[in-house]
Amino acid sequence: MARIPYAFVVPALLLYGLVVLYPTVAGGVYAFTDWTGRRVAPSFTGLANFAELLAAPAARSALRNTLLIALSTTVLQTVLGLALALALHSSLRSRHLLRTLFFAPALLPPVIVGFLWQYILTPQGPLNEALGAVGLSALQQNWLGDASIALASVIGVIIWQNAGLTMVIYLAGLQGVPPELLEAAEIDGASRWQRLRRVTIPLLIPATTIAMSLTLIGSLKLFDQVYVMTGGGPGYATETLSVVMYKEAFVSGRYGYAAAIALVLTMIVFAFALVQLRGLRRFEVDS
Amino acid sequence: MSATTGVRGARARRLTTGIAAELGMIVVALLFMFPFYVFLSVALKTPADLAASPLSLPTDPAWANVADAWQRGGLGQALTNSAIVTALSVAGLVACGSTAAYLLARRAQRLSLGLYLVFLLGLMIPLQLGMVPLYQLMRDANLLQTYTSLIIFEVGHQLPLVIFLYTGFLRALPREYEEAARVDGAGPFTSFWRIVLPLLRPITGTVVILSSINIWNDFLTPLLYVGGSAQQTLPVAIFAFRGEFASQWQIIFAGMGIAILPILVVYFLLQKYIIKGFASGIKG
Repeated sequence: MARIPYAFVVPALLLYGLVVLYPTVAGGVYAFTDWTGRRVAPSFTGLANFAELLAAPAARSALRNTLLIALSTTVLQTVLGLALALALHSSLRSRHLLRTLFFAPALLPPVIVGFLWQYILTPQGPLNEALGAVGLSALQQNWLGDASIALASVIGVIIWQNAGLTMVIYLAGLQGVPPELLEAAEIDGASRWQRLRRVTIPLLIPATTIAMSLTLIGSLKLFDQVYVMTGGGPGYATETLSVVMYKEAFVSGRYGYAAAIALVLTMIVFAFALVQLRGLRRFEVDS
Repeated sequence: MSATTGVRGARARRLTTGIAAELGMIVVALLFMFPFYVFLSVALKTPADLAASPLSLPTDPAWANVADAWQRGGLGQALTNSAIVTALSVAGLVACGSTAAYLLARRAQRLSLGLYLVFLLGLMIPLQLGMVPLYQLMRDANLLQTYTSLIIFEVGHQLPLVIFLYTGFLRALPREYEEAARVDGAGPFTSFWRIVLPLLRPITGTVVILSSINIWNDFLTPLLYVGGSAQQTLPVAIFAFRGEFASQWQIIFAGMGIAILPILVVYFLLQKYIIKGFASGIKG
């Protein structure tokens, strides 16, 4: 076989190096400096930025919220996506239409989803009005304005937008579950629950790995919806690492400190991703 | 006799369960669709309608909202900007991604395997870490507020996903055709262009769908690079729009409706391919 020259990879490598590799390494170095927007030469400050991050209320709650958002969306969205997929991998007449509908939010720009829900969740907005109309006025809340539930509201919006994505990954996975296996289990007297628990779910492990790592990495980096819906407020109740980083860099001009926040985010993503890496490799063979 | 009734009973029972399941799912779907109802009804309400109730249907569809949003928000320009940036970035991604993946999939050497892993790292690296250095590069090159800055960014940023998809596909693709072409005297460039690229069509479809949607919807970097300029893309324009029209939700919703209409039209036309693409790929 004639050798393919390395020239084939040069354009991609140049662009990737320019947009991802160089800036990422530079950012990693700046994380240890006091660099600011004014172009004075930055000096190394060791771990000072990280010490500040652990002490500053905004960054601390951002760290906590980022982990909370990532873990809860990953678990809830996986469960919901699986439930939807199981319900729609069936003989329901409306299954095709319903799949189309449940997946639709995943295609919308997150900015628009953010504003849509910002309005829905206003105190006199459609959600509270609807709750009142069906006699559930006890459940009415100031969904985004009350610091104790704002984060839960944000998580709900993220799950609403992305549950359909998890669903289609599971629907693809369900295509690979051989019907004969389920029939054999049924003949052997396995109940519906046992067939699900012992046959279907184990065969869906690759799909689960993909769905969970996608959700996890995506929600750790979460920016758009939070930034447009709450801007991190009220107080620091919905601050995430991405939002705090953006404000520190482009509002306060504290590039070094912002880079330190981004470096912490990167470490968290890699720590989680390492755990998932094997699953991703497996998926690559299938696609 | 009793056996027949038993079968009939079971069949009737299955039918009832079927109908109940169907109705149950439709109710779930209606609840899930509630935001879309709000979207549509608010976009077509007069201010008086909206003040009366956030839930009711518009008494008389106020199409004027749509015209208003279109004119005052500069959405036509933003739509054009988004289309140009998305189309050129996707073309660049297909060109750079397919060629790179061809080498990475076909040459089993340490260097090419190492390069592949370096590209895959990009699936995880949060863009936040490189955000400021890259912004400064673009500023120093005088590229801020141009399409070029966004296209360069989008191609570089989406390449890991695209290379991942192409490489996976190429590894499963038999080499016989390329080898036959080589025997006929074709060089690597000719056989890529004539033989391999056409064979890549199915995965190119997935690449185009996934990266178009990711780029069309992208917000954070476009906000930094082209925010407030004539080059701003739709999500950035909508963001500015929201600030401008503060509490005139009916105008904001009409503007957002204009912005998502192209996505929804494409989705309903190509839903089979889009859903398949997302099921087989990774959202970047």
